[in-house]
Amino acid sequence: MLGYLIRRVLAIIPVMLIVAIFVFLLLRLTPGDPAAIIAGDMATPEQLERIREAMGLNQPIHTQFISWMGRLLQGDLGTSLISGTPVITMVGQRMFPTINIALLTIVIAVAIAVPMGVLAAWRHRSWVDYAVMSFSVMGFSVPVFVIGYIFILVFSITLGWLPVQGYAAPAEKGFGEFLYRGILPALTLATIYIALIARMTRASMLEVLGEDYIRTARAKGVKESRVLFRHALRNAAVPILTVIGTGFALLISGVVVTESVFNIPGIGRLTVDAILARDYPVIQAMILITSATYVVVNLIIDISYTIFDPRIRY
Amino acid sequence: MTLQSFRSKGASRVRNLMAGALMASTALAGSAAWAETTITAVMHSGLRVLDPIITTAHITRNHAYMIYDVLVAVDGNFAPQPQMAEWSVSEDGKVYTFTLRDGLMFHDGTPVTMADAEASLKRWAEKDSGGQIIMDRTESLTATDDKTLVWTLTEPFAPLLDTIGKQSALPPFIMPARIAATPTDTAITEHVGSGPFKFVEAEFQPGVSVTYVKNEDYVPRDEPADNMAGGKVVHVDKVVWSTMPDASTAINALLGDEIDYIESVQVDLLPLLEGDPDVINEKREPLGYQTIGRMNFKHAPFDNVKVRQAAMMALDQQAILSALVGNPDYYEICGAIFGCGTPLADTTGSDSLTSGGDLEAAKALLAESGYDGTPIVLMAPTDVVALAAQPVVASQALRNAGFNVDMQPMDWQTLVTRRASQNAPADGGWNMFFTNWLVPEISSPLVSPMLNGRGDGAWFGWPEDEKIEELKAAFIAASSLEEQQKVAAEIQAHNMEQVLYVPVGQYALPQARRSNIVDMLPSPVPVFWNVKKEE
Repeated sequence: MLGYLIRRVLAIIPVMLIVAIFVFLLLRLTPGDPAAIIAGDMATPEQLERIREAMGLNQPIHTQFISWMGRLLQGDLGTSLISGTPVITMVGQRMFPTINIALLTIVIAVAIAVPMGVLAAWRHRSWVDYAVMSFSVMGFSVPVFVIGYIFILVFSITLGWLPVQGYAAPAEKGFGEFLYRGILPALTLATIYIALIARMTRASMLEVLGEDYIRTARAKGVKESRVLFRHALRNAAVPILTVIGTGFALLISGVVVTESVFNIPGIGRLTVDAILARDYPVIQAMILITSATYVVVNLIIDISYTIFDPRIRY
Repeated sequence: MTLQSFRSKGASRVRNLMAGALMASTALAGSAAWAETTITAVMHSGLRVLDPIITTAHITRNHAYMIYDVLVAVDGNFAPQPQMAEWSVSEDGKVYTFTLRDGLMFHDGTPVTMADAEASLKRWAEKDSGGQIIMDRTESLTATDDKTLVWTLTEPFAPLLDTIGKQSALPPFIMPARIAATPTDTAITEHVGSGPFKFVEAEFQPGVSVTYVKNEDYVPRDEPADNMAGGKVVHVDKVVWSTMPDASTAINALLGDEIDYIESVQVDLLPLLEGDPDVINEKREPLGYQTIGRMNFKHAPFDNVKVRQAAMMALDQQAILSALVGNPDYYEICGAIFGCGTPLADTTGSDSLTSGGDLEAAKALLAESGYDGTPIVLMAPTDVVALAAQPVVASQALRNAGFNVDMQPMDWQTLVTRRASQNAPADGGWNMFFTNWLVPEISSPLVSPMLNGRGDGAWFGWPEDEKIEELKAAFIAASSLEEQQKVAAEIQAHNMEQVLYVPVGQYALPQARRSNIVDMLPSPVPVFWNVKKEE
């Protein structure tokens, strides 16, 4: 197990190196000029040239790459070309809103979706099953911003129960305020994950419920709830965990629409803003961090398999 | 009580109950926090660049007006007025002596001196085109003591006060001399002004939010506030600029009383606000923006004046503004290159533009020009709402006149990079693009970037035009407004003949505020002095 862990952690290095090279080259091949963003619309060509020179954008690409990699290896993600703020500070400011909303989303999604999926499998081909499957199709099909606007219209504008927008850090404003502001975006995001997880839970459970050991458990007179949650769900957990884990990684990297609709200052917006402004150090850092998130989340999922299914050993 | 207000009050009660239940942890917050008056404003874009001299971005200039002060400021009639300093001018018009008023302190506690003003003006003049023109005529610019600055010219320059008092694109903001010593191609890293608000660096999140607190040490002038001039009296404790990338979110937040002010509301979203009696929609100031088309003089076919004239003849302001704005309350057909409503406005040569275009004349001119069907590369930004409609409507108008148009959609960043390229259009260059200016940015030949005829040294498009440079020199030499207006009319006629650029009309983006935000000043720059937030 330890050897496996070490191998997996070491494998992160070449993955990140390849990502870094690709990101750097792709960005430099994309048209765009951060100097133009800084200088504004009235800048003359000479003024732009002077700013490019001062920012080092006129250096050969390989020189820029070596200099960036050198700093990266020392843990320095660089400084935003646009605002002059260290990238690590910007990421630090923006990472926690995204992580916190993603965690809240996953908690809500799992709390709702897993019982829904179990119920649908238990009552296979009943109206409960059809209702869950219908909700699942709807959750997949309706774009997240439409769901967000509907929630805002109902809960904020019409009922006035919850705020339209904004984020409150739990560490600064308290968990109550965080929930008050975070519940709508989390519910919005959760819709799609409830659909995904419920569907996966149902499919896995259906497969497991047909197994001999379930029939044996029932024949022994074990309570149905125990059969479902202790015997069946635990054996069906591996694919469900995979979906939850990759869902969390997707949330970290793909919440830009929800962050825009609910005005959450997270990393999705930071990435999009950086791309629009061609703020190379920020884009590079964000893609590296997102890639690292995927790698780490997958590692955690793999390890968690051994807890839920003792047959799996590395 | 109307249904809406009933619903609003009911909703408010429920919201308060929920908030109370959920926010138990914040209930212990000190009562002082509740007494603080804060205006939360959604501005037109996020603040990222903090140096008001390195960039001409409006949001950075607006930020600078919060924390810095200026020596001279223009009032609502475009007339320069004393702000940090009074002045006197020698009889021969060559020596300007500025005297600093008392009580001005930087936010770091040091007093403002004219040495700071000298350094700030010199840094500004390196970047600003108006400043460069003055420096070309400057013998010396020296702080003779802490309170006195003497600016000696080699020849009279009547618009000096207008130039240093202008509100766009680069006003000369006064910062401490040690900060103003930063080279102009490097952004400043300390943000210390002497203006009515202080910048809270610890709360700054680039592109997300910026916080200002009242500068308790600021000594406002005695005169009432008027545009950028007069007493900057602050009536609120804190101003927070929040960036909301989604226009609907900002509107819903205003309706929900979560924010106090939106600087720019898209006209097509106004109906969402119009039904709420607690929200006021209005034009911030009457001039607004001018939208313009610019051609590339370096490459065929727009290196031919007749082709440029044909293209202008084909365009119709009404069609473009209808597509861009829609609601006629918020746009104005205007053929004046200096903007309608400004002292130099003149509409010579704009008849076809302002009366539906003249397709027949355009076709005739095109035939006369010998245009060979070379494709026109028209750059069309798709990610900026205020610039998306113009290229689409113009493309069709140009096709109708016989042009072969290659409209290329791209994001704004790609456009600003590509427009700097002098390559042939087929090789990564371009033929035409559209952009917008605040009217004060084009209201005089000294500030308008398009009226520069110095070839490669000119703004994108690079016209070589000696006549325009001569006319600008004549404008500088003019000693009265009447004389300036006469020269401005000649510049207007020359522009429409040479088509240095095509004015495509004026439009306003309305602002919206909660009804308890009162006494906002009408000004091209949204300012937060004078304004009050009522309970």
